[in-house]
Amino acid sequence: MEHFNIVILVLLVITALLALRVKDLLSASMIFGIYSFLICLLWAEMGAVDVAFTEAAVGAGVSAVFLIATVYNTKRRSSD
Amino acid sequence: MQDFIQNFVQPHFNYWAYVIVMMIGFWALIAKRNLIKKLIGMSIFQSAIILFYVSLGVKDGATIPIIDHHQPAPIHEVSQEGHDAHYNSHGEEEAHHHKPVAAEFVNPLPHVLMLTAIVVGVATLGVALAVSQSIYKDFGTLEEHEILEQIKTGDFHD
Repeated sequence: MEHFNIVILVLLVITALLALRVKDLLSASMIFGIYSFLICLLWAEMGAVDVAFTEAAVGAGVSAVFLIATVYNTKRRSSD
Repeated sequence: MQDFIQNFVQPHFNYWAYVIVMMIGFWALIAKRNLIKKLIGMSIFQSAIILFYVSLGVKDGATIPIIDHHQPAPIHEVSQEGHDAHYNSHGEEEAHHHKPVAAEFVNPLPHVLMLTAIVVGVATLGVALAVSQSIYKDFGTLEEHEILEQIKTGDFHD
């Protein structure tokens, strides 16, 4: 279980950097959704099941929908 | 170096990752110029702090904080006092119920605190995204330097 934890944490850092690196804001939102699901998996593994399903519903679901709705109402390109 | 990794990095890897992820989010809040990117950075910052608090409740060999009345099989034998078979109202012997021992469960108090923090986080994100849509309507852009330029020269429609 220790190694599972470490793999997820490394993937977490990679997706966080990637979400901030990508210039297309829609891709950034989707990668942020991946980040949220990874952290949800981490919490289920750490024994915080209540936090895990709140994060899956609210963090990955609602946040991603909000971000995508904003991207569609504004511009999709970002300068950095 | 090998010794350092085995003694300090591997057992506390959650905390190392929490510091790294939090600083990534903080960097995005400061250095990124697009407002949506700043907000993604803010969400990453928040979830890193939640990661720190949830890591505080973790114990070795502990299970989720739910008392199971039907399956008394423990994860590991900790208790000497756990095996007193007790009787229900009909006098039948129930299965060997373990008394709940606190060391068998992860600490649920940080989880409950962080549950509110997640909801507050998504509410903050929603309000901030609504404000940035309104900014886009006034300024026609989401880039911070362009907005500041327009405020300085005063050519925007509100």
